Amino acid sequence: MHLSPSEDQVQILDFLDSLSKPFATLPMHDTSLALTSDALDQALTEGGFLDVMAIEELGAVTAAMVVERLARLPFSVEAAASALVRPLLDADLPRPICLIEEGQFRKPVRFLKTGASVVMVGPSGVFSFTASDEHVRHAGKEVLYAYPVAFLNAVPAQADLRSHAADPADILRAWRIALAAEAAGLLAAALQSTAAHVSDRQQFGRPLATFQALRHRLAVAQVMTNGCYWMALKAAGTGDAGDAALAALHAQETAKLVVYDYHQFFGAMGITLEHPLHLWTYRLKALTSELGGRGEQALAAATALWGD
Amino acid sequence: MDFQWTEEQQQFRAVLQKFMVQNLPDDWETLAVHGPASEEMTEHSAKFCAQLAAEGLLFPHWPVEAGGKGLDAWHQQILAEAMWGSGEPRGGQYMNVNWIGPTLRRYGSEDQKARYLTPITLGQTLWCQGFSEPNSGSDLASLRTRATLEADVYRINGQKIWTSYARLADTCFLLTRTSDDKKRGITILLVPMDTPGITVRQIPSLIGEGDIHEVFFDDVVVPEGARLGEEGQAWEIITFSLTNERLGIARYELARKALDRAVELLKQDGAFARETVRAEAGRCASLCEAARVANYALVQKRVDGLTLGAEASSARFATIMAEREVCAFVVEFVPEALANASPFLKMHHQRGIAAGIAAGAAEIQLNIIATDVLQLPREPR
Repeated sequence: MHLSPSEDQVQILDFLDSLSKPFATLPMHDTSLALTSDALDQALTEGGFLDVMAIEELGAVTAAMVVERLARLPFSVEAAASALVRPLLDADLPRPICLIEEGQFRKPVRFLKTGASVVMVGPSGVFSFTASDEHVRHAGKEVLYAYPVAFLNAVPAQADLRSHAADPADILRAWRIALAAEAAGLLAAALQSTAAHVSDRQQFGRPLATFQALRHRLAVAQVMTNGCYWMALKAAGTGDAGDAALAALHAQETAKLVVYDYHQFFGAMGITLEHPLHLWTYRLKALTSELGGRGEQALAAATALWGD
Repeated sequence: MDFQWTEEQQQFRAVLQKFMVQNLPDDWETLAVHGPASEEMTEHSAKFCAQLAAEGLLFPHWPVEAGGKGLDAWHQQILAEAMWGSGEPRGGQYMNVNWIGPTLRRYGSEDQKARYLTPITLGQTLWCQGFSEPNSGSDLASLRTRATLEADVYRINGQKIWTSYARLADTCFLLTRTSDDKKRGITILLVPMDTPGITVRQIPSLIGEGDIHEVFFDDVVVPEGARLGEEGQAWEIITFSLTNERLGIARYELARKALDRAVELLKQDGAFARETVRAEAGRCASLCEAARVANYALVQKRVDGLTLGAEASSARFATIMAEREVCAFVVEFVPEALANASPFLKMHHQRGIAAGIAAGAAEIQLNIIATDVLQLPREPR
C-alpha cells in the first residue's frame, strides 16, 4: 500500500494543469448551460492524456487521476469513458465514447453525436457501432444537463454491430470507476466554488460561511467528497468489482446530498447562469442516473461483497 | 500510488490473525459485551496485552530504541484493524500504545519514563484520561480542576466526569488548571489513582459496565515530579497526543465487521434476498469504505513524515457516519441483536453510540473541517 502519487503521476498532472489552464476559467459572456471545447478535446488527444491507462508505469489509477482533474474544469470533455473503458475494448475506437446499458434507450446519452462510438453493455455482451445521423436524435434546446446530450433514435441490426470479446462485467466495472472518478472531480470543483462564495458573500454583516448551519453541511460535504476521491482511485487501483460499485455508489450518494445544498447556499445567484456552479452540479445530475442510479450500485456492491 | 498490500504487509496481517485465533478465548464475544472498561474485559486485556507484548505485537510501530520494531504507520493500522475488527481486546490499553506511551517518550522526565513506560510495554497497566469536566466537555480549555504548587507538591481540587476506565485504572493523565490563562494555564499531572483524596463514582452507561465515571479530587497531593512537561504546556502536549491518537483507531473496521455479521444472520433466514435489505447493506458498506480510505490517506501522510492536520477530523467524521449507519442497519433489519441474539452485534451497538461523542464531539470535527480544510472564515465568538 502506497498512496502518495509517483513522480510520473505528479508530472502527468502538472502537464495536464498546464495544458488545461486556458480552460480553467470561464469565457466572458457565456451563459450556456453546457460548456464544451473542441480545442481542449484536441489538446488532450494530442497529448495522449486519455491513453495513460495502457502505459504500464501509469495504469488505471493515473487514468482516474486524469479524469478527476479534468472534471474540475468548467469545460466538459468526454474523458472518463475514453480513459478508463476504451482501453478494455479497442484503444483506437473513435471518440467520443458513449456508454449505454443494453435496452436502456430511453435515457439521454452524454456526448452522443454523429461519429461517436456507442458502446452497449449488457447480458448479451459488449457491442459497439459508430453513430450516424439516423441513430442520433437531438434533445432540443435548454436541456437541463451541463453536458451535451442526445437520444439514441435507433441502433443498427445485431449483424451490423461490432462484438467485443470483453466480459460485460469488466466493462461495467470500468464504467463505474469512470463514473466515480469523474464525479469526484465535479464534486471537488462544486465544493470549492461554493466554499469560495460563502466566504465572500456577506449578509447580516458577516460572511455566510460563519453561520454554522452552512459550515456543518459543507464540512459533511467535504467528508463525503474526500471519500469519493479516494474510493475512485482505489477502485481503479484494485480493479475489484466491489470497490468499483462502492465508489460509484458513494459518488452518486454524495451528488444527491450536495447538489441542492450548493445551489441553496448561493441564494438567488444559485438559480442564475451567471455563476458556473451549474456546470458541475448539473453534470452531477446526469451522472446520478447512470447505471441505474444509487440503488443499482448498492445492489451491485452487495452482490460483489456478499454474493446472492 | 499502489492500493495493493505488499507481501510483507499481508504476512503481518496473517501473523495477527493467527495470534487472534490462538489467544482470543472461545467466549470472547460474550465477554466483550461487558464493555471495554468492565472488570471482565480489564482482566482479559491484561492477559491479552501481555501475550501481545511477548510476541512483539503490542507496539511494533514504536521506534526500535523505544523497544518497538520500528514498523511504519501501515503496520500500526493493520494492527488496529485486527484489534478493532474483533472488538478491541486490548480494552483501554489501546490508549497506552497509541498515544500515552509516545507522549511520555516525548515529554516525560527520566523518572516518569522509568516508572510508566515499562508497565505499558509489558501490557500490565491501565490509564484513564482526566479531561472532561461537568462544564468543560467540548470546551475543554475552560476546565477548572485546580492544581496549586505548594513547595514541592501539587494540591489538586476539582472534578472530572465521563472518564472511561477510571475505576480500574492505575494512573490518570490529568489536565489541571495552574493559572487563569485559558489554554496556557493548563498543566498535565500524572496521578496514581490510589492517591488519597480521589473518589471514583461509576455512572451507569449505555456502552457496557463500568465505562463512565465521575472522579473527584479533594486535596489530592502529588509531588511536583508528577507534572508532565512544564506548567502551562498541556495544550501543546495534548495536541501532540491527539495527533498520535488520530491513527490507530479503526472503528470503521468494527463497523464493517458488524455489517458482515448482520448480513450473515440475514442470509440464514433468507432475508438478505430482499433487494431493499441488500441495497441498504451496500450503502452501509460504501460508508465503511469511505471511512477506510480517508484513514488510509492519513496513514500515508504519517508514513511520509508529514504532520496530520484537520484532515484527521474528516476521516474521523467519515468513521462516525459509517458507525451510525451500520448501527441503524442492525436496528432496522436485525433487531434481535440488541436483545442478546448476537453478542458481537450487541457489543458493536453499545460502542457505536459513543462514536460521535468520545474523543471529541462530531460537531467539533465539523468545525475543524470547515475552518482548516475548507478554509472558511471562523464563526464569531
